[in-house]
Amino acid sequence: MVENKTVFNIEELKAWYGTKQVLKGISLKVQANKVTALIGPSGCGKSTFLRCLNRMNDFIRDFRHEGSILLNDQDLYSSDIDPMDIRRQVGMVFQRPNPFPKSIFDNIAYGLRIYGEKNKTVLAGIVEESLKKAALWKEVKDNLKQNALTLSGGQQQRLCIARAIAINPEVILFDEPCSSLDPIATTKIEELIEELKDDYSVVIVTHNMQQAARCSDYTGFFMLGDLIEFDDTKKIFTTPSNKLTEDYITGRFG
Amino acid sequence: MTRLERNKLADKLFKVVAICATAVALVFLAALVIDLIYDGAGRIDWSFITSFPSRRPARAGIIAAIAGTFWLMGLTALFAFPIGVGAGIYLEEYAKKNTFTKIIEVNIANLAGVPSIIYGLLGLGIFVRTFRLDQSLLTGALTLTLLILPIIIITTREALRAVPSGLRQASYALGASQWQTTYSQVLPVAMPGILTGTILALSRAIGETAPLVAIGALTYIAFLPESVMDPFTALPIQIFNWVSRPQKGFAINAAAAIIVLLCITLVLNSIAIYLRHRFKKRMRW
Ligand SMILES: Nc1ncnc2c1ncn2[C@@H]1O[C@H](COP(=O)(O)OP(=O)(O)OP(=O)(O)O)[C@@H](O)[C@H]1O
Ligand SMILES: [Mg+2]
Repeated sequence: MVENKTVFNIEELKAWYGTKQVLKGISLKVQANKVTALIGPSGCGKSTFLRCLNRMNDFIRDFRHEGSILLNDQDLYSSDIDPMDIRRQVGMVFQRPNPFPKSIFDNIAYGLRIYGEKNKTVLAGIVEESLKKAALWKEVKDNLKQNALTLSGGQQQRLCIARAIAINPEVILFDEPCSSLDPIATTKIEELIEELKDDYSVVIVTHNMQQAARCSDYTGFFMLGDLIEFDDTKKIFTTPSNKLTEDYITGRFG
Repeated sequence: MTRLERNKLADKLFKVVAICATAVALVFLAALVIDLIYDGAGRIDWSFITSFPSRRPARAGIIAAIAGTFWLMGLTALFAFPIGVGAGIYLEEYAKKNTFTKIIEVNIANLAGVPSIIYGLLGLGIFVRTFRLDQSLLTGALTLTLLILPIIIITTREALRAVPSGLRQASYALGASQWQTTYSQVLPVAMPGILTGTILALSRAIGETAPLVAIGALTYIAFLPESVMDPFTALPIQIFNWVSRPQKGFAINAAAAIIVLLCITLVLNSIAIYLRHRFKKRMRW
C-alpha cells in the first residue's frame, strides 16, 4: 500500500447557487485508502462540497464554481473530461437509500451493463463479490431476484454500497449514509466503511460526531462555507486548534 | 353561537351540499343507465353484434361499427403513443427550460382544452383535402391522434415528474448517461402512469362523434375494413345515425349500441385504474 498518496487535491474551491455563495474557498487533500470525514452544522455546504467531487452538481441549475479539484492530477472540471467517467471513478452513496425498483441482482449489475458488460458469469461474479464486500451477501444470496425495495432500510443502504463498489471506483463518497437508519444498521455500515478503506478512498459527511471519531482518519470541520479546521481525526477530537471546532464537537452549538 | 359552533355548522352545511351535488349527478347517471338498459339490453344478442347495418331495424347490427372502433383505437394508439411519449420525454427531460419551451408548454395545455370538433375540421382540411386520404380509417385515426396528443404529452410529463429524483441521481452517480438513465430507470417507473393516461385518452377518443362527423365518416358500411385506406364507420357515428331516425326500432338499436360502447369504455377505464393502482404500490421510497 502506498502511504500518503493524494487522490483529491482541492484548492480554493468556491461555489454558488445563483447569487448565493455556499463554499468560500476550500482547500484540502483527500488521502488514498483513508476515511476522510466532514462535519459541521446544517447548511454549511458539506453536501455541496461532496457533490463537487463527482460532478453531481452539474444537474443543479444555477450552480457555479471556481477553484480547482484535481483527481490524481487530472482537473475534474477541465473541458476535455467527461463527467460520466468521473462518476465511475468516484462513486456515491446517498443519504436516503435509493435502490432501483428492480431485483437485487439488476441493481448491482446496472452499472456494469451500461458499460456494455453482458457476460452472465462475469456479472454474477461481480454481483457476488460486491455483495460480499458490502456485507450483504449472506442475507440475500438466495433471493437475488427479489425486488430490492422489499429489503429493510439498512439492507437497502448496503445494497447501494454494493452497487457503488461493483463498478470498482477509486473513491466512494458518502453523504450522511446512516441518517435514516437505526443504531444496529448504523453500526454495520460503520464497520463496512472501516473495511472499505483497504480498497477505496472514502469521504463521508456525517452529523454524528461519534461516527466521525470512530471511523475516520481525517476530519474536516465546515462552517458557513469555510473549512475551519482539517486534521487527523484524533487531533480534531482531542486537541482542536480552533475554538469554533472545539465548541462544535463539545456540543456547545450546532 | 360560539365561533366553534359556527364552524361546526358551516362544516355540516357544506357536507350536506356536497352530498346533494353528488346525489344529483349519480341519480341522473343511474336514470340514464337504467333507461338505456330498459330500452336496449333486450336488443343485444349475437346477431346484433355480428350483423351489418340494415334499413330494417330488427335486422341491423353493429359489426361494422365495432370493427371501425377497434381499428380506430389501435391505429390511434399506434400513432399517438410514440409521438406523445416522445414529445413528453423531450419536453420534460431534455428541452432547455426557456421562454420558447414555456410557450410550447402553455400551448399544449391549451390544445388539450380545444373542442373536439375543431380537430375534426383540422382533419378535414389536412388529411381529407390536402393529403387526399378521403374518409379513410387513416384520416379518422390521425384526427383522433391530434385530439389526444396533448393529453398524452401532458400525462407523460406528469408521470416523469413524479419519478423520485433519488432514482435519477442513483443512476447518474453510477456514470450512466442521460438516455441510459431515462430509458432504463425513469421510463419503466413512469410507464404505468403514462399507460394510464394514454388509455384514458383513448377511451375519450373512441366516444368522440364530432370530429368523425366533421371529417365525413360514413354511416352505412356493409363490409369490414381491410386496410387503413378503407372507409369506416364507428360506434358513436352509428349511434348518432340511429338516434336521428324516426323509427322506434332504431332508437332501441341506438340504446343497445350505447350499452356496447359504454362497456368498451368501462373495460378501458378499469385497465387504467388497475395500472394506476399497481403504480402506487411500486415506488415506496
Ligand atoms: N439545489 C440547491 N439550490 C439552491 N441552494 C441550495 C441547493 N442545495 C443546497 N443549497 C443551499 O446551499 C447551502 C449549503 O447546502 P448543503 O446541502 O451543501 O449543506 P449541508 O452542509 O450538506 O447541510 P446538511 O447538513 O443539512 O445536509 C444551504 O444554504 C442550502 O440552502
Ligand atoms: Mg447535506
